[in-house]
Amino acid sequence: AACQGCPNQGLCAAGAAGPDPAEAAELRARLRAVRHTVLVLSGKGGVGKSTFSALLAHGLAADETKQVALLDIDICGPSIPKIMGLEGEQVHQSGSGWSPVYVEENLGVMSVGFLLSSPDDAVIWRGPKKNGLIKQFLRDVDWGEVDYLIVDTPPGTSDEHLSIVQYLSATHIDGAVIVTTPQEVSLQDVRKEINFCRKVKLPIIGVVENMSGFVCPKCKNESQIFPPTTGGAEKMCQNLNVSLLGKVPLDPQIGKSCDRGQSFLAEAPESPATLSYRNIIQRIQEYCEQQHFKEEKIM
Amino acid sequence: ECPGTGSAQAGRAAACQGCPNQGLCAAGAAGPDPAEAAELRARLRAVRHTVLVLSGKGGVGKSTFSALLAHGLAADETKQVALLDIDICGPSIPKIMGLEGEQVHQSGSGWSPVYVEENLGVMSVGFLLSSPDDAVIWRGPKKNGLIKQFLRDVDWGEVDYLIVDTPPGTSDEHLSIVQYLSATHIDGAVIVTTPQEVSLQDVRKEINFCRKVKLPIIGVVENMSGFVCPKCKNESQIFPPTTGGAEKMCQNLNVSLLGKVPLDPQIGKSCDRGQSFLAEAPESPATLSYRNIIQRIQEYCEQQHFKEEKIM
Repeated sequence: AACQGCPNQGLCAAGAAGPDPAEAAELRARLRAVRHTVLVLSGKGGVGKSTFSALLAHGLAADETKQVALLDIDICGPSIPKIMGLEGEQVHQSGSGWSPVYVEENLGVMSVGFLLSSPDDAVIWRGPKKNGLIKQFLRDVDWGEVDYLIVDTPPGTSDEHLSIVQYLSATHIDGAVIVTTPQEVSLQDVRKEINFCRKVKLPIIGVVENMSGFVCPKCKNESQIFPPTTGGAEKMCQNLNVSLLGKVPLDPQIGKSCDRGQSFLAEAPESPATLSYRNIIQRIQEYCEQQHFKEEKIM
Repeated sequence: ECPGTGSAQAGRAAACQGCPNQGLCAAGAAGPDPAEAAELRARLRAVRHTVLVLSGKGGVGKSTFSALLAHGLAADETKQVALLDIDICGPSIPKIMGLEGEQVHQSGSGWSPVYVEENLGVMSVGFLLSSPDDAVIWRGPKKNGLIKQFLRDVDWGEVDYLIVDTPPGTSDEHLSIVQYLSATHIDGAVIVTTPQEVSLQDVRKEINFCRKVKLPIIGVVENMSGFVCPKCKNESQIFPPTTGGAEKMCQNLNVSLLGKVPLDPQIGKSCDRGQSFLAEAPESPATLSYRNIIQRIQEYCEQQHFKEEKIM
């Protein structure tokens, strides 16, 4: 009775309704061949989660010996097909499940965007139907052997986020990367997301600060377009004892590359933003490899 | 085959299984019951104009715009303005309106909005949280319940303009607000975007949503439309309109482009500090754009009212 009206009642009650044992076993089997799973979260919209997820996938897949999978669970606003240059692609079913759409031999993608007949179709689903599709993605997509599964999420802390954490509890999540921009209005939502991760015991790999300054291409003057009035992600990370993985400046080429479905890292290799992204990707890779090493040591 | 979205079988027929819009049709059948609808109608009877601020895409400036629209309309002290924030997971309105830490009071006539000015009242789930860092991790049904409560239990009093700020997406909150407000009259939706195709893609879906639920579209606002370097005055398109921006999209979809607003670092600062950007930077080109847009929205609403009076 004391739970009525508590803002976290839903979380606790939802925990009780996680995947049933048979479903959990099914998910475990399907995800057994996934070595590392990284969730990309924010809480705030429009900070560059999908942009970052796509570049993380491209960055990790640059090593052709690694198999990378990118799962887009933003059902209302699936940006990943466009950003990965896969608009109009369809999903194929085979005996072993749904096939991801491959950008490269070692980089496969799945998104509700591939299931829509037209990109302008609004997917107006309430929570339970969204949860059902997320479960299906995890259960029925034939990812094969995967070194890195990257999961791009929608903004917010709701059905999709609870569901992905519950369903992935059948396997191992290395951690979450949380994306923000420098201003307090974003950080406010990001602190909630950090709060969410701690509640569901999801390790936080670290925070990425996007849109961190703009250098005028003509006179090289730097402007803080989204001013860090409260110290930006750096101060927040210090206060909350999480790692700041890096700061990425604005670069108009980023938006262009996303719209054209090209990898920004490949199109603008000299950009300061590319350098930042590459450093961040390396730190994430090192974090995941250390986890694996620790587990092997224990075993 | 599809039984038709207006049919009693909408969303529930065998042919509906797997249709991406099954939820919408089925949810339509589960709108407010007649008693609830009557309650909502009574509560909202004294609201003259209702404007929804939507996007589909996150981070384009919906809350920023909602706040400035509220400030702009409330500059006329003879108008009573109400701002309702139904973004339950990421409620930005309290901070942007300078009302962090405020609490909601209950009285005999319902919940009291928090007043910024005598003629500008605000309600948000943010006021119900004990700490701004508390994550509100609710599934859809609980969010719907709170939205219904806001509409039913908040004592807005007589209101000339009710502005509803929404979260990104096209889900529970959006279906619910349209259903619950069907008990009253929604003048229309303002849809906010930024210039790049990745945003426009989500905004087309939002326009599609409005058409499906028969919500009139007042028009589209394009935010972050260029940045002028304060030093050398060179203009950069930071979010390049690779497919023609909102202007082209509006032409293609036959909706009104209300205006384009350039980036200005003062906007972010004012939001963080809970001040009205229009008041803090009256000379900014962004302020000029916003004021023009607000005026067009006001004219649209007033014309609607005039048409209705003519009919009556």
